[in-house]
Amino acid sequence: MGIIQAMHVVYEYVRRDEEGNVEGSIRAVDDVNLDIAQGDFIAILGHNGSGKSTLAKHMNAILCPTEGTVWVDGKDTRQQEAVWDIRHSAGMVFQNPDNQIIGQVVEEDVGFGPENMGVPTREIWERVEESLKAVGMYQYRKHSPNKLSGGQKQRVSIAGVLAMHPKCIVLDEPTAMLDPNGRKEVIRAVRALNDVEGITIILITHYMEEIIHADKVFVMDQGKIAMQGTPREIFSQVERLKGLRLDVPQVTLLAWELKKQGIDLPDGILTAQELVEALHL
Amino acid sequence: MLRDITLGQYYQTDSVIHRLDPRVKLGGTILYIISLFFFENIFGYLVAAAFLAVVIALSRIPFKYIVKGMKAILFLLLITVIFNLFLTPGTPLVEFFGGRIRITYEGLKYAVFMAIRLSFLIVGSSIMTLTTTPNNLTDGMERMMRPLKLIRVPVHEITMMMSIALRFIPILLEETDKIMKAQMARGADFENGNLIRRAKAMVPLLVPLFISAIRRANDLAMAMEARCYRGGEGRTKMKPLIYQSRDRIAYLSLAIYLVCGIVVGRL
Repeated sequence: MGIIQAMHVVYEYVRRDEEGNVEGSIRAVDDVNLDIAQGDFIAILGHNGSGKSTLAKHMNAILCPTEGTVWVDGKDTRQQEAVWDIRHSAGMVFQNPDNQIIGQVVEEDVGFGPENMGVPTREIWERVEESLKAVGMYQYRKHSPNKLSGGQKQRVSIAGVLAMHPKCIVLDEPTAMLDPNGRKEVIRAVRALNDVEGITIILITHYMEEIIHADKVFVMDQGKIAMQGTPREIFSQVERLKGLRLDVPQVTLLAWELKKQGIDLPDGILTAQELVEALHL
Repeated sequence: MLRDITLGQYYQTDSVIHRLDPRVKLGGTILYIISLFFFENIFGYLVAAAFLAVVIALSRIPFKYIVKGMKAILFLLLITVIFNLFLTPGTPLVEFFGGRIRITYEGLKYAVFMAIRLSFLIVGSSIMTLTTTPNNLTDGMERMMRPLKLIRVPVHEITMMMSIALRFIPILLEETDKIMKAQMARGADFENGNLIRRAKAMVPLLVPLFISAIRRANDLAMAMEARCYRGGEGRTKMKPLIYQSRDRIAYLSLAIYLVCGIVVGRL
């Protein structure tokens, strides 16, 4: 069994009218099965309202499934006594960097997680130092988070999760509020964690460029997993992605259009370099 | 324009007073304020002034900077002095309008003492906020209020709320600025009209601000829980408060001041 496993997971949001009576329910997650292996880089893709964020919150026991079961590191998320262990092994980074930084100094914020876990003071300092170095924010440790850029703030948030020594980190649209430079910074940091430290990464996003390095991609639509496979397999189905209201990277789209015009090209080209080589330029 | 507001203004330099344990500064300030109300003659206040002067000198904060902070309470000070001066019964010194308004010897004495007390109180407590970071201050408060836990006061929660509030002040100020500009761009007028009109103009500013603050609070609570926050139980500290020798010396000097002050001030 992998680090995160989901079986027939259903989650319903109950909608209520003004008096609090149940009006109906919306199935945000609908019969999802997942098995994520330790050390993988997983990307979950989907347009707004496809249920990807709801699914992400299940991996940290913030939400519990209405039906079905989620296991994180072998523990059922519905067991109350396992909640803190689960949150310890699966850290979570949210979308808005301002709303998840608690400390008034960078190093204090990174220390918040270990403090909650009851880690001895000396070890907290060691963990803070190594986490900040891992995301390249060590020289900012004495700064106020308010003075940092969006990408830097998000890297601090990642360091804050990293200091808890999780086995897996779930990132719920960490780049949605960042500019292109900040986005690159964050993705670079996340990839380094996966490559160097071997931490399982679950990246939820709607930016196609961010998923080309993933080991496996899940595409969600209306609460269901609509497609899954390697980035190459996913991107070779351009028509299907368009049907799911998702864009493909420009290079992939160009290669696909060229192929339609009769030029001999392989399916699922991901980078400009590959296209250049395929065209024998 | 809202950026100019500074709260809990911390004056960044390196001094003995800055490095003192926040508990010493908090306790010292409270004792100092209480002592001001115990003195009955001018000599007690001379001792208090001398103590304050030494602390200011040690803190390396320019005296001008401290006096600037006094401007805000000048009005309050004036009212207190006038009331004490004219409304205290006793031996009359000067009489106006055939004795209907008079200044008494006691009134003069109280007015002077009150002015001294208030200004020392403000200077004393502003030295504490000028030399202590908000974080340090809340840490110190948490430790000092710990005995209150026995009577079920949620000490950890209160101080956690205070530090979160301090963290979000600049963020919410920035947001207010943004909303204000957005409303002004659509023709809202915040600067003209009488008081009631200006107060009414604030409503469309406050509603979105509140909604956003509540949304932020919700997000933050989720982020804190995701990082295993579950109250003060079983929590360790990254920066625990430990008394150093300078803190012991500070406590000793405070005790000496209190003894001197009470001996001289209540002769």
